Amino acid sequence: MSKYEYVPEPALVKGNHDFASITRLVTDVNLRPTPKLWYLFMLIANALLGVFLLAVGYLIWEGTGIWGLMNPVGWGWAIINFVWWVGIGHAGTLISAILFLFRQDWRTAINRFAEAMTIFAVICALMFPGIHVGRIWVIYWVFPIPNQMAMWPNFNSPLLWDVFAVSTYFTVSLLFWYVGLVPDLATLRDKATDKIRKLAYGIGALGWTGSNRAWWNYEKAYMILAGLATPLVLSVHTIVSFDFAVSMIPGWHTTIFPPYFVAGAVFSGFAMVLTLMLICRKVYGMEDIMTNDHMEKMNIIILVTGSMVGFAYIMEFFIAWYSGVEYEKAIFMLRATGPYAWAYWIMMLCNVISPQVFWVKKLRRHVGFTFFISIVVNIGMWFERFVITVSSLANDYLPSSWDYFSPTIWDVLTYVGTFGIFFTLFLAFLRFLPMIAIAEIKAILPQADPHNYDENQEYHPHVVEVPKPKVDRV
Amino acid sequence: MSMTKTQEIDTSELYGILAEFKNPKALIDVSKKVVEAGYDKFDTYAPFPIHGIDKAMNLPKSKLGWIVLGHGILGFSGAIAMMYYMSVIDYPLNISGKPFFNVPAWVPIIFELTVLLSAFGAVFGMFFLNGLPKLHNPLFNVERFKKATDDGFFVCIEAKDSKFQADLVRQLFEEAGATHIEEVYD
Repeated sequence: MSKYEYVPEPALVKGNHDFASITRLVTDVNLRPTPKLWYLFMLIANALLGVFLLAVGYLIWEGTGIWGLMNPVGWGWAIINFVWWVGIGHAGTLISAILFLFRQDWRTAINRFAEAMTIFAVICALMFPGIHVGRIWVIYWVFPIPNQMAMWPNFNSPLLWDVFAVSTYFTVSLLFWYVGLVPDLATLRDKATDKIRKLAYGIGALGWTGSNRAWWNYEKAYMILAGLATPLVLSVHTIVSFDFAVSMIPGWHTTIFPPYFVAGAVFSGFAMVLTLMLICRKVYGMEDIMTNDHMEKMNIIILVTGSMVGFAYIMEFFIAWYSGVEYEKAIFMLRATGPYAWAYWIMMLCNVISPQVFWVKKLRRHVGFTFFISIVVNIGMWFERFVITVSSLANDYLPSSWDYFSPTIWDVLTYVGTFGIFFTLFLAFLRFLPMIAIAEIKAILPQADPHNYDENQEYHPHVVEVPKPKVDRV
Repeated sequence: MSMTKTQEIDTSELYGILAEFKNPKALIDVSKKVVEAGYDKFDTYAPFPIHGIDKAMNLPKSKLGWIVLGHGILGFSGAIAMMYYMSVIDYPLNISGKPFFNVPAWVPIIFELTVLLSAFGAVFGMFFLNGLPKLHNPLFNVERFKKATDDGFFVCIEAKDSKFQADLVRQLFEEAGATHIEEVYD
């Protein structure tokens, strides 16, 4: 026994799986007939999508006056929802890129799934900057394309940085996702028996054979993409926070915003991944791959990022007092005790208090409880954006212009409608694409490692011993 | 269509010899033997990337890094050139007295476009190096080859190889413990 030893980890994939059974488990979902329940859920999602189209149609017809925007709150639910959805998206990239660079093999069980969530969440987010301009037909002004006014966009504006950041983020996430999908689409192409599936998956697979010369370049590309996506995902929410931090509104103009926004984004994103994962693994019987160990690890990330967010909330308060700036001090007192105190305390309860329960191991591994907290966290994160946006605007420098913001039914319908977009896309993804990265999961099975074979090419599984803790700790 | 061509056995020619092996370790061992025997037009196929097979197959370092670097430089300089042309040369606009060539404010967009172009380079460069998309591949004529994306481990030595002799190749595969050997016709 050597002096240094790795802490033994429990097997990543439970059950006695070999390569073929993994393929069957995942591809069966795509190849067997559509379950009836899927149609029911799709119908509900489509109804919500219809609500969204209706709300946006009326918005384009009538203008942004249908929303609750007024003076001085000229930035309401549209920006709140945008930041909320983009933030949710960040978990997917964190799982696919950052955890990949840190060689966290457990990510392979959830990365496909989380990346899909990222892409659909960013689509929902992008709806809001698209529609909030009111005159949707001039949205092309944000892009540097020659136009009849012979003018160019203002490159000094954080809002324009945001256009570049979020559209780059969407494009790179989509490419990353597709690169991961190519070998799995090839698996589906080879498993499919009917013409339409063969053709459709065949086109998507681009003629992938599993050649090791191709895998060699593929792995390099995957690593480079992970290396690119890591600073990218950090930059995106940093730039989103610049939308606020670069302005002169009290409560917004702070340097803590970029890291605090990024931590909040990861926090809410992991909660969303958990919400979706816990349902899907039950419905599709993927408990062997998405295990309770995964859930526990994600809960730890929620605990860490939740504590970072809580620290940032408290630090904001301290710095407001320490800065000696009257308006800064006033806005933070107003947030906690003023007209929006109810929202502030919902935020504190959901984001700061609730994740702290995950210090208890039993609760980290409790499925129902985790599901509950994952929803609480996302409610809290929505309120965080509400508090930041609305309370700062409603009570700014001039008390005579203060007013109380209330949303209208159209604000609510537009927001609820984005769930229609999200779930329509997500259900289609679950039905037609492999929800688990098949090739990557196979690569982390012990049978995939040539070191687990002897010179006669016989497989000798590496015995993993998980020592029993000496004292039963909670 | 290519389907009709493959069905006419008279006109079809030998593409190579394909052998199946039972596990990743066996694939690594046979790769070493194929390299030792001096073949260079061969490839191995597996449902996932196998640790260490690049060394066994004697693969050169991937050129992808250089492609990405080129694209990254293009994105970086392209972003600066675009903003310089638009805000300094073509339509300088005085925005609260800030300089036209306002480098600090341009950092986010320069960064984003560098990442965007590098990602294009990584993805499309990888497809280019791998010769994808590929509309026709003789290996797909082999029914058994469908296992390559499921749980099969294959080696194929192409007939184009200067050292290719069908019986010698077969013998090599047999000695290496192939579970199945088959000729591939185009």
